Amino acid sequence: MQLFPCPFCGTRDETEFRYLGEADTLRPAGGGAAPIAEWTRYLYFQRNVKGRVAEIWSHVPCGETFRMERDNVTHVVTGSASLRKESAS
Amino acid sequence: MSKRYSALSLAVEGLRGHTGWAPVWRHPQPKPAYDAVIIGGGGHGLAAAYYLAKLHGVQKVAVLEKGWLGGGNTGRNTTVVRSNYYYPESVALYDLALRLYEGLSRDLNYNIMLSQRGIVNVAHSDAEMEICARLANAMQINGVDAELFSPEQVRRVAPAMNFDPKTRYPVFGGVWHKRGGTARHDGVAWGYARGADALGVDIIQNCAVEDFLIEGGVCKGVITAAGTIRAERVGLAAASHSATLAAKAGFELPTHVYTLQAMVSEPIKPVLDTVVLTLGTGTYVSQSDKGECVFGGGIDRIPSFAQRGNPPVHESVIAGLLDAFPGFGQLKLMRQWAGIVDVVPDSSPLIGPSPVPGLFLNCGWGTGGFKAIPAGGWLLAHLLAKGEHHPISRPFDLDRFARGALIDEAAGSGIAH
Repeated sequence: MQLFPCPFCGTRDETEFRYLGEADTLRPAGGGAAPIAEWTRYLYFQRNVKGRVAEIWSHVPCGETFRMERDNVTHVVTGSASLRKESAS
Repeated sequence: MSKRYSALSLAVEGLRGHTGWAPVWRHPQPKPAYDAVIIGGGGHGLAAAYYLAKLHGVQKVAVLEKGWLGGGNTGRNTTVVRSNYYYPESVALYDLALRLYEGLSRDLNYNIMLSQRGIVNVAHSDAEMEICARLANAMQINGVDAELFSPEQVRRVAPAMNFDPKTRYPVFGGVWHKRGGTARHDGVAWGYARGADALGVDIIQNCAVEDFLIEGGVCKGVITAAGTIRAERVGLAAASHSATLAAKAGFELPTHVYTLQAMVSEPIKPVLDTVVLTLGTGTYVSQSDKGECVFGGGIDRIPSFAQRGNPPVHESVIAGLLDAFPGFGQLKLMRQWAGIVDVVPDSSPLIGPSPVPGLFLNCGWGTGGFKAIPAGGWLLAHLLAKGEHHPISRPFDLDRFARGALIDEAAGSGIAH
């Protein structure tokens, strides 16, 4: 059983977490005016890096949404930071 | 060239003490150039090479495999073959695979041990039975065998199941797909490899592709540890590593890479002669010819390139098995393993040209690639030979995401993929 670090609660069981997506995936600017290719890429396509990755996760019980850095081959976690504005400073 | 297998050759070799069997494929050094190079020596890549040489007469073909043949997902699945899909596009694809499987042992002169023992998807409520009726109707309209089963009919094909109405997932009936079953997974890879080699295909193992040779925006070959290999056309059939390789060619794929685990019990006497999938837990089980209960379930929910499973899903798969077959609680677990699967948002594969001309895709099979091997290979061979889609693969093109023309089998047939 792997433990993941929630920035708010501390380490918790992996079953309490939900993967939300790759980090640094930006919603296309301009709404409906953005080209279809940009929306398609944003909605469906993944970078699929093997090794060290940055991802957005949610700790379901407390609702914390955070950025986790880990290695998707060894499963070693190297960083965890909240996305809340007050913790960004 | 290996000899033709028959009862006679087996008898003759038996009398000679089995000293006359020769290796059934060569271990050639890569040539500097080929008509077509296929990346990935799993079932799909080997099948593509076989059909390319056999049906399209392409002379110089190579399969490049970074490890050993069938050592990836081809050797890690639960050997189930079936064609119980919802959408017509999927039925055309998976039923092509099943029809090719039905003639494959004869075609390859290699026993793939296809056993069409039937597969039953078991439902646990009236609402699920309505979904089962919808699936059975769709399958019948699309020309695939399907029968809606009552609880009594489920009991007839799987008497070892738990039929207690007070259990968490009671048996309300299900969908029976008689042509589904199992096939020997290694046999499929080895049979295609033997067939392809006999037709002159170079199968090169321990040869990882590191990059693509791109000239003027067109893929002209691959760069490997063993040097540069030029090719008129390149096929990418590397399952989860297709996405990693796509990045080298400068494009992305709509795949999520997850771990899928499976396991076997110790061998026991025959107790289950069909494949059972319970819709409530997603656990599916069959019994191998050796007597082991082979079972699996859903994917691990953590994106991963590690070929091993995590304990929470391991536990839930076993819990699902024991709910359906309480008697199996006495069994010892003998082996557990995992593969990494490339899951596409609509649970349908990616077959077609890539954004780079000269490079063609056959990936995104997610958790259901084994059953589709003959069709995936057949369609990739068509793409590599003609440079364009066969009508069966057209709906599975990468362009379906921009067009919004998804083929959502996860929602359509409601079964694990």
